[in-house]
Amino acid sequence: MMGVMASTYIFLIIAMMLADLSYTTPYHIFEALKSEEIQYAIKLSLITCTVTMILSLLVAIPLGYFMARFEFRGKKVIDAILDIPIVLPPLVIGLSLLILFQTAPGKFIESHMRITYTVYSVVIAQFMVACAFAVRTMYVTFVQINNRQEQVALTLGCNQMQSFFYVLLPQAKNGILTAASLAWARALGEFGPILIFSGATRMRTEVLPTTVFLEMSVGNIEAAVAVSLIMIFSGFAVLMIVRLFGEKKTAI
Amino acid sequence: MIICKDLNITQGAFKLSNINFQIKKGEYVVLMGKTGCGKTTILEVICGLRKLSSGEIWLNSNEISNFVPAQREIGYVPQDGALFKNMTIAQNIGFALKIRKWPKNEINMRVLELAKLLGIEPLLNREAHDLSGGEKQRVALARALSFYPKILCLDEPISALDDTTKVEMFNLLLELKKNLEITVLHISHSKEDALKLSDKVLLLTNGVLNEYKPTEILNKI
Repeated sequence: MMGVMASTYIFLIIAMMLADLSYTTPYHIFEALKSEEIQYAIKLSLITCTVTMILSLLVAIPLGYFMARFEFRGKKVIDAILDIPIVLPPLVIGLSLLILFQTAPGKFIESHMRITYTVYSVVIAQFMVACAFAVRTMYVTFVQINNRQEQVALTLGCNQMQSFFYVLLPQAKNGILTAASLAWARALGEFGPILIFSGATRMRTEVLPTTVFLEMSVGNIEAAVAVSLIMIFSGFAVLMIVRLFGEKKTAI
Repeated sequence: MIICKDLNITQGAFKLSNINFQIKKGEYVVLMGKTGCGKTTILEVICGLRKLSSGEIWLNSNEISNFVPAQREIGYVPQDGALFKNMTIAQNIGFALKIRKWPKNEINMRVLELAKLLGIEPLLNREAHDLSGGEKQRVALARALSFYPKILCLDEPISALDDTTKVEMFNLLLELKKNLEITVLHISHSKEDALKLSDKVLLLTNGVLNEYKPTEILNKI
């Protein structure tokens, strides 16, 4: 029974992609790729997803380590807070970010550097969601690695930082790759918070999901599907490359 | 020489109170007791891996109770060896010396010296996950000895091994005891370890630590 349900799920994922594929033609994809707006959206998506991935790792690795290795008062509360971006509807995150930048501290930042409805807001909106997945992945990774080796490293002369970098981090390499790919893929698919917090202005804050939305709203379904396919294939390519790279490294 | 004075250790609901003992320089001491009685906790407190609620630990003429593990210069071998999986065996053995910024050629010489002493020369370029239980323990021992520690703490280094490997490891520890004259605190369940290896036995029973001659232990467990 469970096997049937699992196969049905996998079948549904493949069927969705095949349905998209049958709805468009190479001509539509080629036309979509030729469009200046879509080229801009692809470029912006690639840049913002990569920046989001790097920022997410910079936060997720130390935070995941801290949560996995240290006991402190209020740890359960912090743990729950870290999952909020995962359970909240994306639109609510966008709305909350928009409101945050209407408060006094937010306005102060905006007076020095414009955030809302700019490319920066795209990265912040993507980061707020993607980072939560990266943190959770790094937390699980570090919990699964026995801390005995780090303890031995301490007795051999390491300080906490050295035991982290020399002993723990190299062993967490597959977890880091997974966190990176998850953050990147999550950022690529983010739409709700971007729509609210960054707007959907062509050639400014337009990323690929925004393009799908904009093309759909003017009835250009073929272009919307073509862009969706570009997203599906680029997301799938990143996930596969990271997995293959991770396996190769592990084999060595 | 190591002196533990009035050690009080609290770990959740588990408590050890007024633990007192001393190990003279060059002495081989086996610490025994039932599973869960707190032997490993005492070892970890000495190594600085666990906090001491109160009491003093003296190593030679220094009080090390508040030292971080790195400052204590204590060699530690856990039960599973805990070899660094991301390094070769040679890198594992030379790790403490790399941290101490020894020149590369001196690290290589020391690694080779220890590999010869412990009979693990052919393993030097292999990865930790390729080794058998006995080989892992030998490497862990070499790694712990690499930086000339003032005392060696062994947490049941023999108990998880098969019978043949156990004998090999046992003989190796006997040889080390003879040749290196190193101070050792060795946790064990085995009366044989206590009889053949130790100069003194510490027996932890219901939170009370008593000292015995190795021959006396036969009637106590």
